[in-house]
Amino acid sequence: MFFKKTMLLAGAALLSASALLFTGCGGGAAGTDAGLSGKISASGSTALLPLLKPAQEEFQNANKNVTVSIAGGGSFTGMNQVAEGSVDIGNSDVDLPEEYKDKGLVDHKVVVEPFVFIVDKENPVKNLTKQQAIDILTGKITNWKDVGGSDQKITLIHRAKSSGSRATIQAVVLGSASFTDDAIIQDSNGAVRTAISTTPGSIGYVDAPYADDSVKVLAYDGVEFNAQNIIDGKYMLYGYGHMYTKGEPTGAVKAFLDYVLSDAFQNSQVEKLGFIPVNKMKK
Amino acid sequence: MTGRNNTTRTDAKSWHRRQLFFDKAGAYGVIACSVLMTILLFSIIFFVGRQGLLTFQAVSPIDFFFSAKWEPTAGAFGAASFLAGSLLTTLVAILLGAPLGLAGAIYLAQVAPPAIKKILRPAVDLYVAIPSVVYGYMGLTLLLPFLRDNLGLPSGFGIFSAGVVLAIMIFPTVLSLSADAIHAVPSPLEEGSIALGATWWQTLRHITLPAAAPGITTGIILAMARAVGETMAVEMLIGNTPQLATSLFQPTATLTSNIVVEMGNTPFGSAWGNSLFLMAFVLLILSLFLILLVRHFSARKEAA
Repeated sequence: MFFKKTMLLAGAALLSASALLFTGCGGGAAGTDAGLSGKISASGSTALLPLLKPAQEEFQNANKNVTVSIAGGGSFTGMNQVAEGSVDIGNSDVDLPEEYKDKGLVDHKVVVEPFVFIVDKENPVKNLTKQQAIDILTGKITNWKDVGGSDQKITLIHRAKSSGSRATIQAVVLGSASFTDDAIIQDSNGAVRTAISTTPGSIGYVDAPYADDSVKVLAYDGVEFNAQNIIDGKYMLYGYGHMYTKGEPTGAVKAFLDYVLSDAFQNSQVEKLGFIPVNKMKK
Repeated sequence: MTGRNNTTRTDAKSWHRRQLFFDKAGAYGVIACSVLMTILLFSIIFFVGRQGLLTFQAVSPIDFFFSAKWEPTAGAFGAASFLAGSLLTTLVAILLGAPLGLAGAIYLAQVAPPAIKKILRPAVDLYVAIPSVVYGYMGLTLLLPFLRDNLGLPSGFGIFSAGVVLAIMIFPTVLSLSADAIHAVPSPLEEGSIALGATWWQTLRHITLPAAAPGITTGIILAMARAVGETMAVEMLIGNTPQLATSLFQPTATLTSNIVVEMGNTPFGSAWGNSLFLMAFVLLILSLFLILLVRHFSARKEAA
């Protein structure tokens, strides 16, 4: 009796599983849009993930025969994997480092990623000049009173040496100077924000979409952070989101990149997510 | 009649043969599992070790172990601050956690009335079920503000906060293993001591604890192994910056915290990636060494 019951259950499970499988296949096969087909794989920057997820969905809806898979892993993972040829697209927040220059990678700048300096909400300081920012990041200034704030020790909270955000700030703000090691390192934008919101006298930087009500955003070099100021070239804290391909892209990969760069996508999704469309930048 | 007898005999025979087959299959199955486990273990050690030792193509061992200059983008791979961070954090955790655990064990094994014992024992075991991220989060939201407000520290991140939270994480391990060891001390030993006129305290100090020492040591070493390998809670509280700490209240990093913070964005196969593997390998060796110590002490216990 018991045995029969189990058999019945197993049979039912098998049936439903195969039914699922078949509908799954059917969905794929009954594509409407002929022409493009294939698989696109991408990996890399987690900062670009929230942007590429909607792109992936929209693109797959329009091209039923194409499967797009996008993984995180970090900027260097992305560049490494695309250089090896294990993915089609490597997403990165940073410019191509020296050791990747001879790998035949083609750079596609798809979006502008603004950064902001944030402090805890009690901090009276509103603005940092570039020189003040450099002095704080290198550990030369260690008290807020030296930049017009109250007499309070500065606690620098930022990202690890392998972070793309850190590389961007290094390039845009510090240049050849180097960060002080007397800092607290968090491993994500969200963690930096949380730590700063709870630590009096702290300062750090995050991707602009992460700066919410729990922290105070500083103006940089006298310029408030907003999209227009970046487009006008006044607010300098930004980097580009890159999608690298090995050689010029073709077929489905090219179509996907074209879609991400299209006005339709750039104007609808990009700004909504706190990035700035790359086509609006005056070069 | 005879025919029927015959069928039962063949039935019994095939049944027996089937059982023998199951026996054999079972034995082979178990052997296969243990072989698989051993292979897995050795492949992990081999893989982590090989990838880690590749670091030495680019970095000299002296730099790696004795320099605290960690500038991977500039080719400087000095892991001394991580090593020091790991060892110091573990030391603080043991100094705070082991006496606490031992005191708890003495109370549990010798003083507590049965009703309290019934509640306390499972409660102690439940500690182990608390995920380390929860400990880290508690430290971040309760301990750090407390340290800032009461000791006037700028941030509170550092070896001390990580050590305190680790101490809370490891004291149940010390407690349960020590309680078992104290329980296992033959009562004639203690009764003899009391009969000779020793007080309870004297008996505890001179008879019970020395007799339970191998078990207690095992507990402390296992707790150390857990403390040195703990990642999440430490990563949330230590500050993760590669500087050699000159005070317990200064942010620094441990082997585990630096691996977890940097591995996501570090290219596999580069000197940087390899050096993270080397840190993992050092951790592995450290843990293996501690486990061997545990075996050494439990062997002594059995001999005694």
